Amino acid sequence: MTERIGVYVCHCGSNIAGTVDVVDVANWAAEKLGHQGVVIARDYKFMCSSPGQELIEKDIKELGLTRVVVAACSPHLHEKTFRTAAKNAGLNPYLVELASIREQVSWVHSDKAVATAKSKAVVSGAVSRVIENAPLEEIKVPINPNTLVVGGGIAGIQAALEIANAGFRVYLVEREPSIGGHMAQFDKTFPTLDCSACILTPRMVEAGTHPNITLLTWSEVVNVAGYVGNFNVTIKKKARFINEELCTGCGICQEKCPKKVVDDVYEAGLGYRKAVYTPFAQAVPNFPVMDKENCTYFIKGTCKACEKFCPTNAIDFNQQDELINIDVGNIVLATGYDLFDARRVSNYGYGRLPNVFTSIEFERLSNAAGPTSGNIVLRDGKTVPKSVGIIHCVGSRDRNFNNYCSVICCMQGLKFAHLVHERTGATVYNFYIDMRTAYKTYDEFYQRVLEEGTLFVRGKVAEVTDAARYSNEKGKLIIQTEDTLAGKQRRIPVDMVILSSGLQPRHDAKEVGKMFGISCSTDGWFTERHPKLDPVATMTEGVFIVGCAQGPKDIPSSVAQGAAASARVLDKILQKEVALEPIKATINKEMCSGCRICNGLCPFNAIAFLADDNVSEINPALCQGCGTCVAACPAGAISGMGFSDEQIIAQIDGLLLRNLEPA
Amino acid sequence: MTVNGGKPKFAMYWAASCGGCEIAVLNTHEKILDVDANFDVVFWPVAMDAKYKDVEAMEDGSILLTLFNGGIRNDENEHLAKLLRQKSKILVAFGSCACEGCIPGLANLSPVGDIVHTAYNTITTDNPNEIYPRATYDVPEGELHIPTLAKVLRPLEQVVDVDYFMPGCPPESHQIAAVIDLVIKVVKGEAELPPKGTVIGAGDSTVCDECPRARNVKSIKEFKRIQDIAPVDPDLCLLEQGIPCNGPATRSGCDARCPGAGAQCIGCYGPAEGVMDYGARLITAFSSVIDATTPEEIDRILDGIPDPTGQVYRFNLAGSLLKANRDAWKVK
Ligand SMILES: Cc1cc2nc3c(=O)[nH]c(=O)nc-3n(C[C@H](O)[C@H](O)[C@H](O)COP(=O)(O)OP(=O)(O)OC[C@H]3O[C@@H](n4cnc5c(N)ncnc54)[C@H](O)[C@@H]3O)c2cc1C
Ligand code: SF4
Ligand code: SF4
Ligand code: SF4
Ligand code: SF4
Repeated sequence: MTERIGVYVCHCGSNIAGTVDVVDVANWAAEKLGHQGVVIARDYKFMCSSPGQELIEKDIKELGLTRVVVAACSPHLHEKTFRTAAKNAGLNPYLVELASIREQVSWVHSDKAVATAKSKAVVSGAVSRVIENAPLEEIKVPINPNTLVVGGGIAGIQAALEIANAGFRVYLVEREPSIGGHMAQFDKTFPTLDCSACILTPRMVEAGTHPNITLLTWSEVVNVAGYVGNFNVTIKKKARFINEELCTGCGICQEKCPKKVVDDVYEAGLGYRKAVYTPFAQAVPNFPVMDKENCTYFIKGTCKACEKFCPTNAIDFNQQDELINIDVGNIVLATGYDLFDARRVSNYGYGRLPNVFTSIEFERLSNAAGPTSGNIVLRDGKTVPKSVGIIHCVGSRDRNFNNYCSVICCMQGLKFAHLVHERTGATVYNFYIDMRTAYKTYDEFYQRVLEEGTLFVRGKVAEVTDAARYSNEKGKLIIQTEDTLAGKQRRIPVDMVILSSGLQPRHDAKEVGKMFGISCSTDGWFTERHPKLDPVATMTEGVFIVGCAQGPKDIPSSVAQGAAASARVLDKILQKEVALEPIKATINKEMCSGCRICNGLCPFNAIAFLADDNVSEINPALCQGCGTCVAACPAGAISGMGFSDEQIIAQIDGLLLRNLEPA
Repeated sequence: MTVNGGKPKFAMYWAASCGGCEIAVLNTHEKILDVDANFDVVFWPVAMDAKYKDVEAMEDGSILLTLFNGGIRNDENEHLAKLLRQKSKILVAFGSCACEGCIPGLANLSPVGDIVHTAYNTITTDNPNEIYPRATYDVPEGELHIPTLAKVLRPLEQVVDVDYFMPGCPPESHQIAAVIDLVIKVVKGEAELPPKGTVIGAGDSTVCDECPRARNVKSIKEFKRIQDIAPVDPDLCLLEQGIPCNGPATRSGCDARCPGAGAQCIGCYGPAEGVMDYGARLITAFSSVIDATTPEEIDRILDGIPDPTGQVYRFNLAGSLLKANRDAWKVK
């Protein structure tokens, strides 16, 4: 049967029409591809607009089109739009093909003649291909209403609470002993300076006690299988050596434990905890964990002080790691960030010069519940600084480290300036490259700190040193910097330096991303589906990203994303079933020789080997149509629906204009 | 199928080939007598004397069956291919050279000048006066012509229309016998010919399908030559032992003779039914199952295949999707 094909060439305003002669392309298609079945070729200003779509729908009905080619933007953007239009007009949506003449032509060329010629080739390829397209039916599968949230920082807590409040089960998995994330370490939060614990703790408690939230702390996801609506997740619950059923969180074990350990995580190395501990007083859950590496009993075989004093016999030295298997329909990743390691900027002296502090150390120092009870003092634990230098952009906006802006460090530097001022009356200098105080009431906070008398030096700090050149520098840290506003080099002696270090992707973001089937940007942050229009979804259906895992951001934005993702999850849950793209691979049993080359390759574990028949088989519910096995099968026994050899070869022939009738 | 005027006519010709295909036909033993009993052999240079002009004189389409082996490497090959096409009802590309170019096709990687130079300057060829063959040569008796080499070797199908393809280097004798039986049956009206373009005398799966060796999920840490492995596990898939076996992409039909005998499949039965480009299929399959995490490790493992082209295109270069019959070395 000869197909009846409609070709629609979009102007995309001037996006395409500015570089491609769209009228010429349409006329050419009508004339040169007529023998292939093109019965109508039109150009239109905005194909994706309602009138544009109606044009297609009308032609399908009136001209009896059996195939449609839309030459417009990337399929990424509008494939769905045009497939839906076809469906509305009664044509199988998979008989529509998008020819990208925007991303692949007009945006990458400037010569109109060349761009027009290339557009013709791209359209010709799409026409040849669409002839080979087969009608496909979407596969509907039920959605498991449970959700997994990974990471219990503010973003993850927000997402978990919203979903749970809507009445659905959430598994909240947190790697550390307590939820709370970075926010739990802060004393005050910019720009309003409300107490971090005061606003965070109620949320943590709510998450910890919510009937719909299963909290799994001291736990990590170790395996993910399945697909949207039907993920199967294995979680490793690390041994706490505390029986959670019996423990009341009285804290006696911590009190009695003789072993003090420097707390590198929560206290950023400034304070101590015990070998059995809860990281902070408001921890949720409030039962402790035992740190096997440091516990005297585990090292020497004697002690058990905690066991002796525990009133409920909750200490269990024999506890083992436990693997928990759950089924969920959607996954929200809220794994947050790591702090940039300030040691890497060796000229700022962190780790070498005692009175150089990192931002997170300063947070603990200024925290009323911290190791100095909120007294801002030098490393000796008692001297109050008389002058403090705060250096912005440490590790950020710097080609040697991270190119990106960490978003929060300017505001964080201003917050520190305010706190130092308020608590010590010291002279404060902030060294900045550009002041970034966008967002609501942020610049007002900057004005406030200016008025408080903080001195601002615009320029990149070259060095922090203790090598005094002048008498006033003796015993001080000297900040050597360019002052670009004054146009000179300056040396400013201070007692204390705070490095406003940037945010970094989690050290294990790549592996975690891989496990959940999502990718990372070149900087290492999880990649969203669309940077503007779909910031919390990912290219993997049913996997969402929120908070700093997606990129540096402040608390309000993290919370907003948590809520946004929960709306997306609820939307999916309420639909009850999900239509899976029918783009799947299938194995032709006659052609499969059971060589088993494909068996270990499927990232979704969709391929099984049937030993009795000596053939391999693909589970269509698990297959995501990635094409890995299709490429690998040496016998050519596997075919990817929607990407058959016939389609691809036809498209290549079309691109090379081999489909034109000989003149 | 009815044939008027006596026994149907049979021809067999060798173009650029080694002669093994002819031997394979003779190797059908007593079956060859059936050929003689049922056919009138009109042209078969290896077995009987015949002149090209005799063939030229025949009526078009008067030969029922021609088995054409060898690729098209020179103008003589091309002339005979066109001539026999014209004279034959059924033209079979017989053996790997005619089907896909085979070993002679590997020479498509080199320009003709290099090929000739190499052929006349090997260790065993003393050529101090730099004497090379010429297309024409004057002798007292007149002008002599020898065939001119084409730029590349082409499989038969790239030169003339082909009815059937019979792969193998050479085709297995039992497969030849079965095909002869079939044609005889067709002549007697007892069977139908398969559709034009069919691959005959072979299976439609792969060598692995017929291979008795046990296989598992593969993960290859190292490729080795078979002689460098001691001992080779007699029951386990060779590929899993790191020996690059071409069985997974190669058409079945040989009863997996090589892997059965302890040697890797080198691919003489050509691409399996679903394989569009043999070499591309194999190299993606091999690379899919190597167990490496770093680019360096990938390089190290793949370096274990010292001649990738020879490994994955040993028989199929001229017939590959890339069509190495194009003047590849001239492409800028
Ligand atoms: C010094 C400093 C001061 C700041 N001050 C302010 C401020 O005043 N105001 C403001 O708006 N913003 C501030 N910010 C920014 C703020 O910290 C972030 O916006 C916010 O914490 C992001 O929350 P999150 O949930 O995305 O990430 P995180 O807080 O990093 O939480 C992530 C959680 O996930 C867990 N996790 C990670 N990986 C895994 C895994 N594989 N499995 C299970 N769990 C995992 C972590 O343990 C952690 O609990 C500041 C940042 C810094 C560095
Ligand atoms: S056994 Fe001793 S060292 Fe270990 S957690 Fe209990 S009290 Fe602390
Ligand atoms: S790779 Fe192909 S031939 Fe081998 S087992 Fe898988 S489907 Fe079968
Ligand atoms: S195309 Fe193949 S490898 Fe990819 S998901 Fe499907 S079965 Fe797995
Ligand atoms: S030895 Fe070769 S032919 Fe046999 S199963 Fe392994 S790859 Fe296939």
